[in-house]
Amino acid sequence: MTRAQSVILVLGGFLVIWEVWVRLAGVPTYFLPAPSAIFVELAQNPAWYMRHAAYTVGACLLGFFMALAIGVLAAIGIVYSRILENTLYTFLVSLNSIPKIALAPLFIIWMGTNLSSKVAISMLIALFAVVIDTVLGLRSVDPEVLDMAKSMRARPLQVLWKIRFPAALPAMFAGMKVAISLALVGAIAGEFVASNVGLGYVILTAQGMMQTTRVFAAVILLGVLGTLLFYAVGLVEHFAVPWHVSQRNSAGGN
Amino acid sequence: MKVIEPNAEDSSQRELRADIHVAVKKADKVYILPKGGTITAIRQIDLDICRGEFISVVGPSGCGKSTLLKCVSGIAEITAGQIEVDGAKVTDPPDHMAIVFQRDILLDWRSVLDNILLPIEFKGHRKADWVGRASELLDLIGLKGFEQRRPWELSGGQRQRVAICRALIQEPRLLLMDEPFGALDALTRDELNLELQRLWLASKKTVLFITHSIAEAVLLSDRVVVMAANPGRIVETIPIDLPRPRTLDTRETPEFGHYAKIIRKRFEELGVLRSKA
Repeated sequence: MTRAQSVILVLGGFLVIWEVWVRLAGVPTYFLPAPSAIFVELAQNPAWYMRHAAYTVGACLLGFFMALAIGVLAAIGIVYSRILENTLYTFLVSLNSIPKIALAPLFIIWMGTNLSSKVAISMLIALFAVVIDTVLGLRSVDPEVLDMAKSMRARPLQVLWKIRFPAALPAMFAGMKVAISLALVGAIAGEFVASNVGLGYVILTAQGMMQTTRVFAAVILLGVLGTLLFYAVGLVEHFAVPWHVSQRNSAGGN
Repeated sequence: MKVIEPNAEDSSQRELRADIHVAVKKADKVYILPKGGTITAIRQIDLDICRGEFISVVGPSGCGKSTLLKCVSGIAEITAGQIEVDGAKVTDPPDHMAIVFQRDILLDWRSVLDNILLPIEFKGHRKADWVGRASELLDLIGLKGFEQRRPWELSGGQRQRVAICRALIQEPRLLLMDEPFGALDALTRDELNLELQRLWLASKKTVLFITHSIAEAVLLSDRVVVMAANPGRIVETIPIDLPRPRTLDTRETPEFGHYAKIIRKRFEELGVLRSKA
């Protein structure tokens, strides 16, 4: 059985049991809608769901890429500068121990209810994973490789670009896989606090009106999108670090 | 420096002495431990290496032979004394010097060709100008057509050959080798020993070769430097007067056995080796 087949079998079996149970036990729709009802809900309003999903994914991706850019730069600074290690790194660690979702209302105050506040929250939540793993990757270069580079009179920028950075890529991708999922969490958190568009907004308003089917439709959509985003990072990894042990002889990205 | 027969130095050898490539004078290297305290890795090392000479350093682990190489290469700094390469004091890695390390340390994300061209990139030269030379070196070392292979597709011996190409493309006049064949199986090691001798005979580079194998040292060297540990110091320097090119059969000759025995005896006296079980 291939991987796709086993996934379909497990998922299909789960949906069938759910459907049968809801119908036989007569579970009310506002409590738990049947999968078929959720599917109908999605199929009836594809454009509407698409618009909200695009907003959420947009906020998530913008937050993710900003976290990536800022995180990698911060990591390089932390690895190369003792002062930044003592200040910035310590600051990031203490920042990370605050549940960042608790900061979401602040960002709404500072930046308003538009897209930028969601991007900022998303970025903030994803940032730590990028920094931690990039610092780890840049630091775990074999000291002998650095000796070799020194013996070849390599300049510090050459060492960073030709040795440290490629060596750090596998760890960076591990961080990015965590970060992309966290970025989606951040986008939803922002929408929960204040928004009039996005899947987080859909969930919140539908819940208020007891439209449980709509809540489920949005949640399932989020699950699918989160999975796709995760595998997209895996796919990029597959092409970016084909030399790494984890990627050799593997056909797809995961 | 202590030589076994100080008067045996003939005029031709004295002539060579005039052209000293590497001069180590009363070199100390003391490491300061993070928890306080110090370790003297090498103490009062005196060693002159002539241009074109193949010199081996043998000794037990911890005798400072790798430290000596690191200090000559400019990767590490000595704490006292002086090291000169081409008459200039070593502070940074000197020009025309290349190292082959014990581990091949090829970069997995680069093809064989790009690994060899790494030092060329560091120097800021155009890679395209050196691709031909890299292929020539691969050919020379028996890896013709391996340019686009990945390091992880190669055997240990093949990887170390690539590492040797990466050193040679720097056109070193001084080649430092830190137990380059220590991690290889005995057959591959023999093969690469002969290959190295062939390359050296053809180019006459100065080679400083670190090893813990007495046989390897005697087979390859003009002189063998015997080191002892605690602190790392030179015990004796033994000229190897065997005709070249030497072959694996050379190892079976009584002369070879004589040299190997002198070195082994020295280690026994130092308590490194025991002749009786």
